[in-house]
Amino acid sequence: MTNLNAADRLLLLLFAVAVLAGPVILAPFGAGYPDLLQKFAIYGLFAIGFNILFGLTGYLSFGHAAFLGVGSYAAVWAFKLLSMNVLPAIVFAVLLGGLFALLIGYVSLRRSGIYFSILTLAFAQMSYNMAYSVLTPLTNGETGLQIALDDPRILDGAGQSGGLPLTNLFGLPMNQTWESELLGMTVQFNVGFYLCAAVLILGFYAALRIFRSPFGLMLRALKSNQNRLNYTGVNTRPYALAAFVISGMYAGLAGGLLAATDPLAGAERMQWTASGEVVLMTILGGAGTLLGPVLGAGMIKYFEAILSAINKAELSDLLSFLPDALREPLVSVLALFVGEGWHLTLGVIFMAIVIFLPGGLVEGARRAMRLFSRGASDAPSEERPAK
Amino acid sequence: MSDKLIVSRRGLLKTGAAAGVGLAAPMVFSRPAWAYTNEPKGKSVIFGFNVPQTGAYADEGADELRAYQLAVEHLNGEGDGGMLNTFSSKALKGNGVLGKKVEYVTGDTQTKSDAARASAKRMIEKDGAIMITGGSSSGVAIAVQGLCQEAGVIFMAGLTHSNDTTGKDKKANGFRHFFNAYMSGAALAPVLKANYGSDRKAYHLTADYTWGWTQEESIAAATEALGWETVAKVRTPLGAGDFSQYLTPVLNSGADVLILNHYGRDMVNSLTQAVQFGLRDKIVNGKKFEIVVPLYSRLMAQGAGDAVKGIFGSTNWHWSLQDEGSKAFVKSFGQKYGFPPSQAAHTCYVQALLYADACERAGTFNPCGVVEALEGFEFDGMGNGPTLYRADDHQCFKSVLVVKGKENPTSEFDRLEVVDQVPAEQVTYPPDHPMFAGGDLGKCNPGA
Repeated sequence: MTNLNAADRLLLLLFAVAVLAGPVILAPFGAGYPDLLQKFAIYGLFAIGFNILFGLTGYLSFGHAAFLGVGSYAAVWAFKLLSMNVLPAIVFAVLLGGLFALLIGYVSLRRSGIYFSILTLAFAQMSYNMAYSVLTPLTNGETGLQIALDDPRILDGAGQSGGLPLTNLFGLPMNQTWESELLGMTVQFNVGFYLCAAVLILGFYAALRIFRSPFGLMLRALKSNQNRLNYTGVNTRPYALAAFVISGMYAGLAGGLLAATDPLAGAERMQWTASGEVVLMTILGGAGTLLGPVLGAGMIKYFEAILSAINKAELSDLLSFLPDALREPLVSVLALFVGEGWHLTLGVIFMAIVIFLPGGLVEGARRAMRLFSRGASDAPSEERPAK
Repeated sequence: MSDKLIVSRRGLLKTGAAAGVGLAAPMVFSRPAWAYTNEPKGKSVIFGFNVPQTGAYADEGADELRAYQLAVEHLNGEGDGGMLNTFSSKALKGNGVLGKKVEYVTGDTQTKSDAARASAKRMIEKDGAIMITGGSSSGVAIAVQGLCQEAGVIFMAGLTHSNDTTGKDKKANGFRHFFNAYMSGAALAPVLKANYGSDRKAYHLTADYTWGWTQEESIAAATEALGWETVAKVRTPLGAGDFSQYLTPVLNSGADVLILNHYGRDMVNSLTQAVQFGLRDKIVNGKKFEIVVPLYSRLMAQGAGDAVKGIFGSTNWHWSLQDEGSKAFVKSFGQKYGFPPSQAAHTCYVQALLYADACERAGTFNPCGVVEALEGFEFDGMGNGPTLYRADDHQCFKSVLVVKGKENPTSEFDRLEVVDQVPAEQVTYPPDHPMFAGGDLGKCNPGA
C-alpha cells in the first residue's frame, strides 16, 4: 500500500515541523507576519502543483495563473452566495480549478513543447482579458470581486449585522492572531496561516505520494521519451491530462486559499506575469524536486515583500557604519536593486541560479551537503530528481 | 540503515502533529493586550503611506509621498508648519499627535488591488501602522478601504474620484477628502453649456474600472441634462499606452465632442494622441470639434504639454489659488521640493492633517473615536474654503474648481487657469442619490 520509505517519512516530518514553526523561524528575518506567511504557504502549494506538471512530465505551462484566478473567483462567489465558512469555498475553488484545467488541458495537450506553452499562455491571457472585459458582471473587472453586505449567503447570511462578515472556519475567523514574545521578538500565530499550513502539508504529502507512485513513474517516462511510450502502445495523453488537471486543482486550491485569507479576487492574478512567476519559483527552487518549488516560492515572495519595501533612507541607515564617501555611491547603486527595483535583484539571482545551479536551490543545498559529508557517500539523497 | 527506522506512517503523522502542537502550545494562548489594532505604546505612532510608485499613476504617487513627508514634518513641529497655521481647528500643536512623534512606513500599491492590499497588510501586521492613507486609483482605494475596515484601522483615501468609494463601497473606517465624479459633472455642466452650447454629440473614452465607469455615468447624465446626445461609450484598459485604435472610430461616429475619462499617464497619452490626430482642427456637424477632460491635474497637464490648451476639466485644488491655506501649503512644499504641489499632494497632505487633528480632538487613536471626531466635522483653511465631512457617507463637501488649459503658459507648472470656483451647494447631493445607492457604512471597527 504505502510506497514511502523511511527517508520520505523523515522528509515529510521535517517539512511539517518547519512549516508549522514558520512564524517562529521566520520572525528574525522580518517575515513572520501573517500576510507574508500565508503567501509563502499558498504560493508554495501553487508551485508544488505546478511542479507535478512541469517537473514530472516536462510540459511547461505558461498559463497556470488562470487556474489560480478561477479558484479565487470561485471562492469569493462561494463567500457571496453560500457561506463565509472557508471549507465550501475551498472545495468549490478546487473543483472549478480542476474543471477549467480539464477544458484547457484537453485542447492544449494536443501539442507539446513550445506549442503547448504558447497555447496555455494564450488561454490564460484570454481568461485574463475576459475577466477584465466581457465577464465583468462575474468578476467586477479591474476593481476586483469583493464581498458585500447585501450578498445572499444562503447558509449563514441571516444572522449578520453591522460590518462585513469575516471569512472563518466554523466560527474561527481567519484574521484572528495571537501574539507572544519569544527571545525578544514578537511572534504572530495566525489562524489563516495555520489553515494554509495544514493544506500545504497535505498538498506536499499528496505530491510526495504522486512522485513515488507508478503513476508518477509514468509521468517521468512521458518527460524522458514520449515517442517511445507511444510506440510501445501506451496512450500517453490521459496521463498528461491527469497531471495537468491535478496541477490545475492545486492552483485552484491556492487561489481559494488566497481568497479565504483575503476575500478579494482581482483579474491581475491571472495575468501572464503571474503565470511566469510560478515558473520562476519552480525553476529557482529546483524543478522536479519535492522541496524546490516551496523554497523558490518562499524566496520570491520574500523578495517581493521585503526588498520592495526598502527605500533609500533605510538603506542609508543600514550602511551608516561606513564613511560618507563610501556610503553615498554604495547606497545609490544598491538602491537600484531594492524598492521598485526588486525585480532586478530577482533577475540577477535567477540568472545566477540557472547558469551555476541548473538544479535550483535544492541542488545547491545538495552540493553543500556533499561538501560537508564527503565520507558518508552512501547517505541517501532526500530527493530522487527526475532525469 | 532502514532497519533502524521502522515507523508506521500513522504513527509518524501522529508524532508530527503532536510535535507541532507541543511546539506551539506554550506560546499560543497569550492574546494581544490591545484595546484596538496597533495601539501605539511607545513614544511614537506610525502612519502607513500606501502610494503607487510604479505603473500608470506613479507620478501622482511620488507627489503624494512628498506631501506626506511634509505633513509628518509639520505634525512633528519641523519646518514652517504649513497649513497647521491656517487650519480652523487648533488642536494640533506641532508636537506630534497626542504627544507621540509621528513616524511613517511606505508601500507600493502598483495600482493593483492585490499588491495594494498586500502592502497595506504588511504595514498593519509587520510595521504596526495605526492608519493607512494614500493611493491614486479608485479600484485600489476601494480594495484597501475594505481591508482597513476588516483590520480595524482608519483609511484616509488619497486621490480617488469614483462615486463608489463613498457610494456603494463606502465603509465606516474610510474617509475621502477628494471630490468625486458626480461633483465633476455638476460643476462642469454649466461651463460646457456656456461654451459649447446645448446641442452636442459626445463620444466617451473611459478607463475600464470603477472610477471610469462612475465618471462616465456622471458626466453622461450631466451633459444629457443639458440636451447633449451620447453617441458611444468605449472602454479602454487601464495603462493601455497607445490609444490610436480607439481614436480612429471617433471621427466617423458623427460625434463633435470627445470626453476622455482617463487619468494619469493614460490621459496624457490619449489626449496627446487625440490632438496629434488633428481632432481639434476638425469641423463636425458645423461645429468645432472639442475635447473635454473631466478630471484634470497639474501633473497631467504638464505631461500633455501644449495639447491641453483650451481644454476644460475639473479639479479638486490648484496651486494658484490665493486663499491663506493654499498659499501656506504651496510655500512650504515649494521650499522643500522646488516646485508647486499637485492636487494629489494637496488631498493627501490634508488627509494626514485631518486624521491627526481628529485623533487629537478625540483624545485617542482608537478608530471609533476618530470616526466620531471626523463625522460631521466642519473646517476651513485647507485650501477649499469651508468644508464638511458628511457623516452619512464620509465624503467631504467643498467647492470644486473648473479649469481650462492655458493658452499662454508662463512656466511648465502654469498650464491650467481656474475658470470657475463652483460653490459646495451646487455640487452637493443627497446621500441616497441613485449614483451612490446600495452601500452601507456599517459600524466602525477598532479591530483587536
